[in-house]
Amino acid sequence: MSGVWVFVENRGGEISTISKEAIGAARHVADELGEDVTGLVFGEGVAAVADAAFDLGCDEVIGADDETLKDGRVEALGPLVVELAQEHEPAVLMAGASILGRELTAWVAADLDAGLVSDCTALEVDDETVKVTRPVYAGKLLSTVFVTDGLQVISLRSRAFPQAVSTGNTGTAEWVDAAVDEDDIPTKVVGFEEKESGVSLTDASIIVSGGRGVGGPEGFEPLRKLADTLGAALGASRAAVDAGWIPYEHQVGQTGKTVSPDLYIACGISGAIQHQAGMRTSKVIVAINKDPDAPVFKLAQYGIVADLFEVVPALTEEFGNRL
Amino acid sequence: MKVVVCTKQTPSTTANFSVENGVVSWDDPGGKPNVVNPWDEYAIEEAIRLKENHGVSDAIAISVGGESSQEALKTCLAMGCTEAILVADEAFNGSDSLGTARILAAAIEKIGDVQVALFGRQAIDGDSGQTVVQTARKLGWTPLTSVAAITAFGDGNITVERLTDEGKITVTAPLPVVLGTVKELNEPRYPSFMGIRKASRATIPTWTAADLDVNGGVGADASKVDWSQVYTLPPREGEVEIIDADSVEEQVEILVDKLFEEKVI
Repeated sequence: MSGVWVFVENRGGEISTISKEAIGAARHVADELGEDVTGLVFGEGVAAVADAAFDLGCDEVIGADDETLKDGRVEALGPLVVELAQEHEPAVLMAGASILGRELTAWVAADLDAGLVSDCTALEVDDETVKVTRPVYAGKLLSTVFVTDGLQVISLRSRAFPQAVSTGNTGTAEWVDAAVDEDDIPTKVVGFEEKESGVSLTDASIIVSGGRGVGGPEGFEPLRKLADTLGAALGASRAAVDAGWIPYEHQVGQTGKTVSPDLYIACGISGAIQHQAGMRTSKVIVAINKDPDAPVFKLAQYGIVADLFEVVPALTEEFGNRL
Repeated sequence: MKVVVCTKQTPSTTANFSVENGVVSWDDPGGKPNVVNPWDEYAIEEAIRLKENHGVSDAIAISVGGESSQEALKTCLAMGCTEAILVADEAFNGSDSLGTARILAAAIEKIGDVQVALFGRQAIDGDSGQTVVQTARKLGWTPLTSVAAITAFGDGNITVERLTDEGKITVTAPLPVVLGTVKELNEPRYPSFMGIRKASRATIPTWTAADLDVNGGVGADASKVDWSQVYTLPPREGEVEIIDADSVEEQVEILVDKLFEEKVI
């Protein structure tokens, strides 16, 4: 067994952000092991994606160009990766822990009877083994996890690793056929609605987030303006979501999304332990709250004890002047 | 036709954890340290709705875990599941996600006539969310994860809306299927008073390794993952710097300077 494989998720000819991070992490692991990185590029019309994978530092690319592979069905992709892995016997298979990446890694590990570690936030190579750090108990504890035998299948949490950057590398991909015919794929796609535009929470490098202190649905307006000025995503605590002030898709925390932006601006959020679980890995946390005893100040680097309805518009204006 | 919901008992969301010699323990300020995994509530609710609205005969809750998991299963009964089964055996202890998938698949096969197996998004303790696809592979059924709505059910098919990273995708698949659910799916009901009374009197059968057709691949010896090292989070470095000034405008100016210095803008 040798070689580090990385699943290169793509849509509309673009490699997804989480896969750029995965390629970067795979490069690091391969360099430590003294082995090559092979990018797996599947989809329809993906020749340019294969070139982009080389450019991001893949030594080799295995590609498959087929209509069945275009809409991210694991029943089409899983058997193909299983078949290729049986033939080439890689030592490590990595993927971003997107919904598809999680499905694919679980599928491949199940079919190949391999060990699987998911949602890795840091890793180091110890001899031949990739030792992975992953949060458990909703981010309240950490664990070090590794596969003890055979193929190591690893999924990587979004924004935990730097993205691979252009290296100028080029190469010729090995093109293979799809493993399953359309007639043998049980799941049929009957509709698709693209996500509304706007910055997604898990990809965002800046998040402006509001809690109970926002006071009502209209209280999110100044936060939205600040987020627009910064190109940030809008987050919320469970208290604000449960009150019906903002849809659940904005919820950060244990029963919402786990995020780790460069900057997290918590406005009127007390900072309950369940909220902390979803945002404590943010690089810089700013807390704006009237209550100087709010737990969020224990987590923050910078705090302003004042009314968010004064501070947030002032911040929007200041950033507006300087950006 | 039956549906099965796979549940897990987990620490409550408000639990405080401590770790000593790699052993994790917890207590809860509210006095209820263990609960049905909160993500599973949506799967339980949907199983009950399939019974109520789509002619399913049985909505059965199963859980792999220790005897204490009886409590979580009683909550499922109180909500409206028709039956609950605990799958427990010392031989199962220490199973990795694939081992757990083998146990669940064997239990679902033993129940028989199951067309849908539902899972929560992930368990809030292990947080891996891998068992749903792996159980589907061991059963040879179609996995559909991140399901936010069941829009059609019947004639041997199911149509669901899935929330993916790109948007909302609607897919149709023939039964049987394994569904991974998300919170957008429904609003879980609270157990009724009658339900709680009925559940408290229910006897929950325990199935052991001897009852199931699992040929190896389970338990600590078969596990290919070592997760023995668990530790508490290092505290976030440094103390908060409270920015004080004569006016909000000055506070904001100082803060923005600092954020530019931190290179996070």
